[in-house]
Amino acid sequence: MTRKRAAVRASDIAPELAQLSRRRILKGGLSLGALTLLTGCDLSTHSGVDAALLTMLEFDDRVQAALFNPNRLAETYPASAITKPFRFNAYYPEWQVRIVPAQWHLDVSGLVSDKTPWTLENLLALPRETQITRHICIEGWSQIGQWSGVPLHVFLRRIGADLRARYVAFKCFDGYSTSLDMASALHPQTILAIDFEDAPLTPEWGAPVRLRIPTKLGFKSAKNLQAIEVTNIYPGGFWEDQGYNWFSGS
Amino acid sequence: MDRGRNYLAHSLPVRIMHWIGAIAVICMILSGWQIYSASPLLPFTFPRWMTLGGWLGGGIAWHLSAMWVLFADGLAYLAYGILSGHFRRDILPPRPNIILRDLDDALQFRLGHRLGSYNGVQRLLYMGVIIAICLAVVTGLSIWKPVQLGWLTGLFGGYPMARIIHLTMMALIVGFLIIHLALVILFPRTLVSMLAPVRSELDNDAPRGGVR
Repeated sequence: MTRKRAAVRASDIAPELAQLSRRRILKGGLSLGALTLLTGCDLSTHSGVDAALLTMLEFDDRVQAALFNPNRLAETYPASAITKPFRFNAYYPEWQVRIVPAQWHLDVSGLVSDKTPWTLENLLALPRETQITRHICIEGWSQIGQWSGVPLHVFLRRIGADLRARYVAFKCFDGYSTSLDMASALHPQTILAIDFEDAPLTPEWGAPVRLRIPTKLGFKSAKNLQAIEVTNIYPGGFWEDQGYNWFSGS
Repeated sequence: MDRGRNYLAHSLPVRIMHWIGAIAVICMILSGWQIYSASPLLPFTFPRWMTLGGWLGGGIAWHLSAMWVLFADGLAYLAYGILSGHFRRDILPPRPNIILRDLDDALQFRLGHRLGSYNGVQRLLYMGVIIAICLAVVTGLSIWKPVQLGWLTGLFGGYPMARIIHLTMMALIVGFLIIHLALVILFPRTLVSMLAPVRSELDNDAPRGGVR
């Protein structure tokens, strides 16, 4: 008789469990350590400190928007500088990478004149740009990769987006989401990437289409895109809603 | 006349800027340890109780908040230090042979210290930590804005190197703080003089700042 093997081992879901416990902390707010420092005890309500931090983060957003130069390009590198092996990163471990749904298409909505969904074939017919740029993670590490795809400004103009709108929001079929300010969305190096290192994106690198934006921290380069919305209502995002600085410009 | 006892050990602006800066630097270090621990450069992370922010996002929020306090306080202090003569009079280290003499005395625990005048070792340490904090702020800006301030990031050898220098400056500042706090514990009256208006201990005929 063979012992029945558990469907999920504890080691498999360890990152998820860590994630859950971290998110529980977030619910309490941004500043557990701060209050521990100030009071010597672990309080669960400290909205005053959180409110002050959020006010400062909004100030940081305004400073970053003012510092942002739409014509300044992120440094580009020769092919020899590409980091190998390239590090996988997502809000879930690599074994949970989602495969591309059958009948995938990219939805567009909000302040756009043409809301027809896009197939990959239609996207491939648009002009392409290739870049070798540094992907900098909010955690501090960085790596250089090569992506090519449709510049987002080309795509936004093609769908008749209101370019005076404040935000461009991205939803992904892996449950992720993020959003950009319009100025960063229109930056020439912001692309809807289709290829990674001269080959079509594979699921772990964000197939079939991902955002690649070297003027922001890595978590803004959302993988596995499902929908794009142009809006004036602050869309937030997966990490932004938990307290990551929204603008997070480089 | 600029004579010793007529002056405070530390002027009111220096005392105010010292404490604002101290709080900002400690917040920057503790929240920086939180950020460091998300992707450690060396084979260790900081235990959570030693860090500020609770998690990476909270650490970043603290870091991006306290940095403005440090930036404003630091700029005010640099301007004051230059314009008031505080740097030239109190901080500028003496000739190397005097520093070496004071260092030798300090290591044998016989270096005297009178409020109102810094000896060669103190001057070297204070100038060192001021430079280290300035470099921490500038490398910090260069890794916060490696595109918009790309020229600055390039000056430090690119993003990964700028990050290493940033963390090295943190380590130097922490090293300074350990020495600084140990000496304050050994000589508590220096703490009082940074809190309250305490008169200089120099002789009446000694010049302010007490150049020896």
